[in-house]
Amino acid sequence: MSRLDPVFARSRAEGRAALIGYLPAGYPTVDGSAERLTAMIDSGCDIVEVGVPYSDPVMDGPTVQAAADLALRGGFRLRDLFRVVEQVSSAGGHAVVMTYWNPVHRYGVDRFARDLAAAGGLGVITPDLIPDEGADWIAAAAEHDLDRIFLVAPSSSTERIATTTAATTGFLYAAAVMGVTGARDRVGVAASGLVARARECTDLPIAVGLGVRSGDQAAEIAGFADAVVVGSAFVSRAGEVAKLRELAEELADGVRRPMVPSR
Amino acid sequence: MTSETHTDPGRDQHQHSEHDPEHGHFGPYGGRYLPEALIGAMDELAAVYEKARLDPEFIAEFTGLLRDYAGRPSLLTEAPRFAEHAGGARIFLKREDLNHTGSHKINNVLGQALLTKRMGKTRVIAETGAGQHGVATATACALMGLECVVYMGEVDTQRQALNVARMRLLGAEVIPVTTGSRTLKDAINEALRDWVANVDTTHYLLGTAAGAHPFPMMVRNFHKVIGQEARAQIVDQAGRLPDAVTACVGGGSNAIGMFHGFIDDPSVRLVGFEPGGRGSEPGEHGATLSEGSPGMLHGALSYLLQDEDGQTIEAYSISAGLDYPGVGPEHAWLKDTGRAEYRPVTDAEAMDAFQLLSRTEGIIPAIESAHALAGTLRLGRELGPDGLIVVCLSGRGDKDMDTAAKYFGFMES
Repeated sequence: MSRLDPVFARSRAEGRAALIGYLPAGYPTVDGSAERLTAMIDSGCDIVEVGVPYSDPVMDGPTVQAAADLALRGGFRLRDLFRVVEQVSSAGGHAVVMTYWNPVHRYGVDRFARDLAAAGGLGVITPDLIPDEGADWIAAAAEHDLDRIFLVAPSSSTERIATTTAATTGFLYAAAVMGVTGARDRVGVAASGLVARARECTDLPIAVGLGVRSGDQAAEIAGFADAVVVGSAFVSRAGEVAKLRELAEELADGVRRPMVPSR
Repeated sequence: MTSETHTDPGRDQHQHSEHDPEHGHFGPYGGRYLPEALIGAMDELAAVYEKARLDPEFIAEFTGLLRDYAGRPSLLTEAPRFAEHAGGARIFLKREDLNHTGSHKINNVLGQALLTKRMGKTRVIAETGAGQHGVATATACALMGLECVVYMGEVDTQRQALNVARMRLLGAEVIPVTTGSRTLKDAINEALRDWVANVDTTHYLLGTAAGAHPFPMMVRNFHKVIGQEARAQIVDQAGRLPDAVTACVGGGSNAIGMFHGFIDDPSVRLVGFEPGGRGSEPGEHGATLSEGSPGMLHGALSYLLQDEDGQTIEAYSISAGLDYPGVGPEHAWLKDTGRAEYRPVTDAEAMDAFQLLSRTEGIIPAIESAHALAGTLRLGRELGPDGLIVVCLSGRGDKDMDTAAKYFGFMES
């Protein structure tokens, strides 16, 4: 059982997809990020991804890189992550963390899991950790009741989808396109095929991310996935809380009108 | 540094404690810390390489290119006037500077370009620091009719402008990288981002023995010829095995190729010299093995220059080719097991050796290689007059004239 199960049970019961919003901790400031993540939840995000700013984010495009650079230049420390997660969780939000692996390795995998669980975090999305290298994380996540959210990509073989989904809990993260993060005009085609292939291996909820920026795109993905992840589009609107709320509301509306997939 | 290694919280938890270099595990180091989107490409590369390395046709093609195109075997040249400054020890130079394109980089590039064709891919991307690997890659792509894109930190495009012109002449597109420290580390980040988006048509021709499996093992194997030739040549020319072989270490490709020729000779010390820059403070050097701690960068667990939170600390060196905060995982393993030693050499020591070799032997080394030469002078004094050292002269210094002229004030009228 995952502590995220009720979130997906509710969205399924409502005949819609869940909305997952991303913002890096420390962007634009530590308290500012907690305030914004909480606003995103109030305005319709079912789950938030709290990003860990990192010096070498190879899966991220310019928008997230610039935000991470700003957070690090502003003095962000890893211990600040737990403060942000705690603030979001105590406001009633469901928070998972998205992090490159070296900061966790450096902090200590078990210590990180312990401190994240204590802050109320529910799981970790690991863009550069595959289950093959993740035995210590898999053990620590089980010990501290955290979800381990691994990724599959359009290039993943059927065999890799099977082994990755077997190691995953909470939900599976399907990368919609081959590429880095950043808003795009079109995201749907490769993603629907990947979700279909993943469904043959698992009953886990499947979230689709990378490139989504509008309510219409969210509606399209809601037609075949259990959750829609939006990152860069939130980051680029993080300057004004009102604009963040506006986007969250538009996306929350999108996931509530799932389009029937065209064949 | 040993004490730091043992208190690192992440290290002992790592699952792959078994030593299995053929599958990318050098003791606890190596592995594949990469996005899932790239794992298929790594599997394909490993499979194609495994097949090719046993295929007589591939072996003949590769060794033929090394001989007829790159100009191998490279010479082993004794440097007696230079050695007078090393306490009388005999010093031999393994002349990788005489290879086509002017450095050892051509060995690996020819091997991977052949693999690119075997995979049916038509586009090659590469990173470069000093420009040596970029020039070598552009050369191999011109030879084999492959599209070539080279990512180079903006800082490096300025200090190595001549190599940028060479790459463009050879038909490559050079993209200046303006993120992060704008040097080699950031060029690799950009190349990885390109690769994720274009992996169907594109091979990432990584230039050093680092990164995710199979790169460290494969790149090392393409460079093994350096050490194999050197071993036969020194036995022939000096009548015995050397007391030590030496090389500079940035990512560590020339060093690992050199060391592997002697790794099974326990009497031969393997000594790598890292860029000590302007001092041992963070940000002032690139001495990853001497000053760093275990961490992941660009796909592998190895030693890394990082802060308390696991953020990469930017490296510094006068030499663009050594200006890298990571190092190949096999070097991390050789350090921990004690089979190889790694020591820092400062900018000033390297530049002294750069000028000394030029003036005593009429050979202008790359500033990268000058780090190995400076370390070898020190090592020679330790070994005394009976000492015998083979140093890998990994590249020639023509590309460094701008840096050298400024450093020595040759441009002043």
